[in-house]
Amino acid sequence: MLKTSDFDPVSGGLFNKQFKKIALFVLLIFGVLVLRLWFLQIVNGHVYRSKSEQNRIRLQDILPLRGVIFDRKGKTLVDNRPYYDLYLIPEEVQDRKKLFEDLNRFFDFELELSEQKFNKASRRHPFKPMCIKKNISRDELALIETHRFNLPGIMIKVKPQRHYVFGDLASHLLGYLGEITERELMNNKYPDNKQGDLIGKSGVERRQQPVLNGIRGGEQMEVDATGRKIKAVSRKPPVPGANICLTIDKDLQALAEKCLTGKRGAIVAINPGNGEILALASSPSFDPNFFIGGVDKENWNKIVLSKDFPLQNRALSGQYPPASVFKNVVALAGLEEGVIDPREEIVCNGIYTLGNYDYRCWKKHGHGKVNLHRAIAESCDVYFYKIGMRLGIDRISSYAKKFGLGRITGFDVLQEKGGLIPTREWKLKRFGVPWQAGETVSTSIGQSFVLVTPIQMAAMTSAIFNGGILYQPQVTKWAKNVTGEIVYEFVPKVNGRIKVRKENLELVKKALVGVVNEPHGTGGRAKLRHVIVAGKTGTAQVVSLEKEKKFSDAGGIPWKFRDHAWFVAVAPADSPKIALAIVIAHGGHGGSAAAPIAKVIIEAYLENSG
Amino acid sequence: MFDRRLIRYFDWVLLLVLLILATISILNLYSATYSIRDLGGSRIFTKQIYWFLIGFGVFFSMTSFNYNALERYAYPIYFLSISLLILVLFAGKVTSGSQRWLSLGPVSFQPSELAKIAVLLVLAKFFSKKGGRKKYRLRDLWQPFILIGIPGVLILKEPDLGTSVLLMTVSFTVILFVNVNWKSLVILAMSALSVVPFIWLNLKEYQQMRILTFIRPDMDPLGSGYHINQSKIAIGSGLFWGKGFLKGTQTRLHFLPEQHTDFAFSVLAEEWGFLGSVFLLLIYLVLIMWGLNIAKESKDIFGSIISVGIVAIIFWQVVVNVGMVTGLLPVVGIPLLLFSYGGSSLISTMILMGLLMNISMRRFMFSQ
Repeated sequence: MLKTSDFDPVSGGLFNKQFKKIALFVLLIFGVLVLRLWFLQIVNGHVYRSKSEQNRIRLQDILPLRGVIFDRKGKTLVDNRPYYDLYLIPEEVQDRKKLFEDLNRFFDFELELSEQKFNKASRRHPFKPMCIKKNISRDELALIETHRFNLPGIMIKVKPQRHYVFGDLASHLLGYLGEITERELMNNKYPDNKQGDLIGKSGVERRQQPVLNGIRGGEQMEVDATGRKIKAVSRKPPVPGANICLTIDKDLQALAEKCLTGKRGAIVAINPGNGEILALASSPSFDPNFFIGGVDKENWNKIVLSKDFPLQNRALSGQYPPASVFKNVVALAGLEEGVIDPREEIVCNGIYTLGNYDYRCWKKHGHGKVNLHRAIAESCDVYFYKIGMRLGIDRISSYAKKFGLGRITGFDVLQEKGGLIPTREWKLKRFGVPWQAGETVSTSIGQSFVLVTPIQMAAMTSAIFNGGILYQPQVTKWAKNVTGEIVYEFVPKVNGRIKVRKENLELVKKALVGVVNEPHGTGGRAKLRHVIVAGKTGTAQVVSLEKEKKFSDAGGIPWKFRDHAWFVAVAPADSPKIALAIVIAHGGHGGSAAAPIAKVIIEAYLENSG
Repeated sequence: MFDRRLIRYFDWVLLLVLLILATISILNLYSATYSIRDLGGSRIFTKQIYWFLIGFGVFFSMTSFNYNALERYAYPIYFLSISLLILVLFAGKVTSGSQRWLSLGPVSFQPSELAKIAVLLVLAKFFSKKGGRKKYRLRDLWQPFILIGIPGVLILKEPDLGTSVLLMTVSFTVILFVNVNWKSLVILAMSALSVVPFIWLNLKEYQQMRILTFIRPDMDPLGSGYHINQSKIAIGSGLFWGKGFLKGTQTRLHFLPEQHTDFAFSVLAEEWGFLGSVFLLLIYLVLIMWGLNIAKESKDIFGSIISVGIVAIIFWQVVVNVGMVTGLLPVVGIPLLLFSYGGSSLISTMILMGLLMNISMRRFMFSQ
């Protein structure tokens, strides 16, 4: 039974047009979709590919182990020790409150983590460890490890930390670490270091930063969307920093620092044959371990704003008037210029008059008749006033500069100052007033404007005894990387030569031996029985003699007005093995405050090295 | 009932296409749930296999009667679906802020799915009465508008923006198919546009957010912008050949959300690349074209219109889902037919496919 409504073939034909339109429309839209896929997968496919890699790959730095620093005998001075941070993984923590209650039983201080912070971390990064306490002690570590199964979600991370084995020993020389600053990052001085890295801020740590640092490694970790680590994709191991051996002797350094305890000053011990620094001490000092783990502002200010300036390396940047030690320069200058006849005897009666002014000798009633030898050995001021006047300031200055004074030695630890050697020209430029003759007088005995640093004195004194060679002081003996390959080896460097006739040098040398070994020599307290020590005392005035007298009459000079005590020494005089420069700020007389220290140090050194 | 002609005119092409889709869907689902197979992933996988088996059962049972019978029951079915839609607004199971499901013991279903079929049926009945010759004008269409509008608004109130819009779109496709003169079309289009602000104000905030994020994806990089972003990364990183089966990193490491439901296509695209994605689109294209052919070959207008409607449902859902996961359209939560995980969606689609098969099989049976 055909129902006409069921069968309408004519309309089928009418609909053909519609079908065509629909089919076309469908193809068009699908074409758009395919085009879109083409755009995403082919045209921009590589962009999305790298984005998908970025999603799943986390780059993790592996910090390299910093190089170890040894003394010349191989004793470890600075190394790396492990330190432990406490972390928790939010996802694995079952009961936050209870966990913290348990933890606080082990620690003296209250560990806190706000519920808000915890919930935020649980939501965003449930598998990312959160640091809750830095630098826990070994005892605390032991406690936590034993109770590990009662503390679900706790994790310990180990990190290496710089450790200065002997505390404040050689702190100025070794230096300390601090976080890299923005400026240092921008200057690109340390291309391997990134923000947050600890780098050397002073001393050898700073100077040798690229050598000690090593090369950071990295790890590519695959992570899922919650931050959970799935596996390591690739790993580039870090290259540890090279180890450095210094030229200093740890025991000698310790002894030198002991001698400076409670005092303000510096000691430089150098090998006159090649410039190796045997000890470099500055007081007061500090403990570089203090800076590890960051310093809070209060403690930092205590150090930085302290009137004692413990961070200052006085051996390199302490500038003091050399006083009588400068007489060595004047003596050699006078001999070379022919202005001194070694046999000439000058009368010292305690006073030298120039114009209206009386310049006094430290020995109140004078030395009597002195020749060059006695003038040096007994440190006669008047003799040198006269010689100085004969030479004139410019000649004195030029010889001083030849001996390396007035400029830095270029020591391979920074923070050096150059001291000051005045000239006519300099004074005019500096003060706008011409040079006065009286200033030459003072300069001849190392006062007036003259300023030197202990390291300059050590280098200069060495040069007098090694035939005139100014060696560059150096403190790095060698640097070796992990494979044993030598990265650096000590080679003596010559800064300059003192072109002085041999016989003149011998005269001065003999006189310096006399300072220590002759009965009236000012440095008698440095005398040793089995070794010939040569040296020179210096007592640098801080205020004028008259003022000093006023004070001492009143019953004691205030510390800050007391003289600086100098002593330079070389031993053994005939085949020098060690040269010393010692300055004790406000220490008093060179002969009584500084010379005895030289004796102790020389004795210990020569005993130990035969 | 088992006429030999039924077997002779059995539409093997349609069945084949459905089987191909089912296979690809199962394989893809395996990959999408592979990384969480210990945490319920394998349960999802096996569940979907069961759904497919049930689905094919439904498919075949839908071919067992003459579809013309539906013409008689069109309006009753329609009223049933309306009442169920009203019921769900009051007694529906609340899931994530909307009431879309009615539970009958262990099984729950969505009345909106039934409404889709019901609306098609009544529209087909309406338009087949007057025959195909008539050119309809706007004023003639008041009845269809009401027929579409009531369920449309009810679904919108659930709220289910996606299904509501889909229903409207499919219905208008059908209307377009049956010859409306262009003047009316223009008026229709304008009035549709004027309704947009009204719709916007009635949208829930998260729905508005979705549209806003679509326009400015960087507005909410960790919210709905995140989904699309990760989807684009998944799709784009497949390049031409794809990363390989089970090797999709976006999928495996859970950077792609909803990977077994809304974003199932992205999983395929990541693992099978441009080649695989276009292949799947081709299958859908074949399905649609074949459906149009069935409409063309249908013995009556009623069957023709239903077929067109079914094709429209497939077409629009595919376009919306693929458009959404590739970032061409805002996130609207429409899964991919016959591909995404989901039992109820699969069953209702199989009902439609069964109907299509039904119409195709009986294209030469003029009496029954």
